[in-house]
Amino acid sequence: MILKRSLLTLAVSMLALNFQSAAQAEVVYVSNEKDDTLSLIDLDSLEVIDTFDVGQRPRGITLSGDGSKLYICASDSDTVQVMDLATHKIVASLPSGEDPEQFVLHPNDQLLYVANEDDALVTVVDVNSHEVIAQIDVGVEPEGMAVSPDGKWVINTSETTNMLHWIDTSTHELIDNTLVDQRPRHVEFNKDGSLLWASSEIGGTVAVVDVGTRQIIHKLNFDIRGVHRDKIQPVGIKLSSDGRYAFVALGPANHIAVVDAKTYEVLDYLLVGGRVWHLEFNGDESRLLSANGVSGDVSVIDVDKLKVIKSIKVGRYPWGLAVKP
Amino acid sequence: MSSRSSYRCPYIARYLGPLLALAALHLPLQAGPIDTGTDNTVSSADLEVRIGYLSYRPATPPALSNVLPEPRDSGLRGAELGINDSNTSGRFLKHHYQLDHLNSDDPDTLLQQALAWQSGGIHLIVADLPASELARLSKTLGTDALIFNAGNSDDALRTTQCLGNVLHTLPSRAMLTDALAQWLASRQWRDWLLITGNQPEDQAYARALHRAAKRFGGRIVDEKAWSFDTDLRRTAQKEMPLFTQGGDYDVVVLADERGDFGEYVLYNSWLPRPVAGTQGLAPVAWHRVVEQWGAAQLQGRFEALAGRWMQSRDYAAWAAVRSVAEAVTQLQRTEAPLLRDYLLSDRFSLAAFKGRKLSYRPWSGQLRQPIALVHPRALVSQSPQEGILHPVTDLDSLGFDAPESRCSTAYTMTNSATGDTK
Repeated sequence: MILKRSLLTLAVSMLALNFQSAAQAEVVYVSNEKDDTLSLIDLDSLEVIDTFDVGQRPRGITLSGDGSKLYICASDSDTVQVMDLATHKIVASLPSGEDPEQFVLHPNDQLLYVANEDDALVTVVDVNSHEVIAQIDVGVEPEGMAVSPDGKWVINTSETTNMLHWIDTSTHELIDNTLVDQRPRHVEFNKDGSLLWASSEIGGTVAVVDVGTRQIIHKLNFDIRGVHRDKIQPVGIKLSSDGRYAFVALGPANHIAVVDAKTYEVLDYLLVGGRVWHLEFNGDESRLLSANGVSGDVSVIDVDKLKVIKSIKVGRYPWGLAVKP
Repeated sequence: MSSRSSYRCPYIARYLGPLLALAALHLPLQAGPIDTGTDNTVSSADLEVRIGYLSYRPATPPALSNVLPEPRDSGLRGAELGINDSNTSGRFLKHHYQLDHLNSDDPDTLLQQALAWQSGGIHLIVADLPASELARLSKTLGTDALIFNAGNSDDALRTTQCLGNVLHTLPSRAMLTDALAQWLASRQWRDWLLITGNQPEDQAYARALHRAAKRFGGRIVDEKAWSFDTDLRRTAQKEMPLFTQGGDYDVVVLADERGDFGEYVLYNSWLPRPVAGTQGLAPVAWHRVVEQWGAAQLQGRFEALAGRWMQSRDYAAWAAVRSVAEAVTQLQRTEAPLLRDYLLSDRFSLAAFKGRKLSYRPWSGQLRQPIALVHPRALVSQSPQEGILHPVTDLDSLGFDAPESRCSTAYTMTNSATGDTK
């Protein structure tokens, strides 16, 4: 009897433990550009646990500061949708301007800076009042967006103008422009905000820009045996917060470059899926995830070992990723 | 018959819409005029860049069978979009682009206009002219000028008729037919029935098809000349099966640039075979169905401007203007000979929505580019095909490569050393 009871207790507590760990597992949200859906991946089991319909052509996605909401650029619906992550329901649509593609949330958790690809504009939206605060003229086909850790700068890249546009967040004015190589796609600040990394897809390079002088201090080139240099097209970038690595997704070259973030030396190329696009870390940066558009999957990379450990099939044309702790 | 106009500041109308909408909603709008500041990363010397667009538009020949003709303003609208894009980018650098244009059915009028532009300081020309007129323009304007051929696909212009002040943004016929031949080879459709129209352009296209077949392993098993003068809209079902009777073939290839009969070969061939070439599966510089590599954005901008689909000639004119703007941005100079030498150097590359960087061949002035293979509703493939090898770049597997052109001297001579660079 006693044995039975303790067995039952054990079973119940094991069950509770299971639930607890399930509740704590990190979840990756993946936007599927050509399916109009989000795939949810459990980072413990590395399996797709759910799929939700969202607006048309979802591309950039990002979490709110407290992790309770997900902002989704629904490009062809001309809106930024707000998903409540407790219920996975769309609770609001923000006036993003036309064709929102990428955006960045200011550290104040209030202002969203949205690149409007068709209109050569950056739209600033207040996520609380749902109002457009400002629209800033930028170059042709604005795409990449980044905000400095101190919140002072928002950087936008324009794909056809080939510039980084420096927007002062206190005045919402465009202060300066830095010319980079053809078709700049993505920008990423390092942790202390002193450097800005910018990828040029058609130029095939990544520029490292000194934020103080707004000058390019280094330009990275890539070379993969057996892959023509024209096919090496850098897009997504992630910098590890310990300052050790930069990971650069190389698009149709189907590889991610591992770069020593201090010496700028390329250490390795990791083979992932077809047309690797954007990258994201999990919370403790032990895992790096990549959205592979053409092969329709997400690769999981062990950051310590620098090895690809799994590919997970998601929807059509996965584009962006966000990890909920 | 001629029309001319000047074109500038095209983005104002587009911005006015959203601005008014915002004002109506009483939303604070903080985006003031762009202050490029004093500590500028990019130089801010004011530059005016003027480009002239010339096109020869003869009276439309009687259309025997082409139900959907090419738009009369094809080319010009692409140049206008190139100006728009360049001004949106140029305002951050204080560079201003302006387009003047003339359409005419009289070659002398066009040449006079080019001379008038030249004396007025316009040395950059985008041209859609017959080969003989392009040669005359090139000779008349000399090395002070830089001309972009955005309308003529003649192979001789790239191989024997070396015009050192002319760059070609429209693909040559050989590039188009090589692109098709590579794809046919990849499908292993080796035996071709060739039907050629009776125009000189059709003969030229057929010659390019012969060359392409030889290069990529095609066999022209039978060749027929189309010389009928019936309107096929009513009789295709009766005529075509009989006309295409003969031995077996894998594919019918057509050389019919005007569209006299080609559209009526599809579904009417004696054997149930696919049709390719000038009609059917067609190799083109550009088409509405191209949407990869960000092309959807370019298509959207073009349709908003022109109210129609973007054609190959529009794309070629757009690429010409964008080449100028890219060179001006990098050099901060506007002199035509300097721009020419930069564009022909390996320092130049252009992002132009084809998934690869584009550049000019230093032996012929031809813009290297992938070629789309399309049917009217979808992209079928893009050449160069996977697996085609080339010692330098697989893009040079399309068209005449360096050893096949006699023009390298004309292009390797720098114009900026001898030209007027004041």
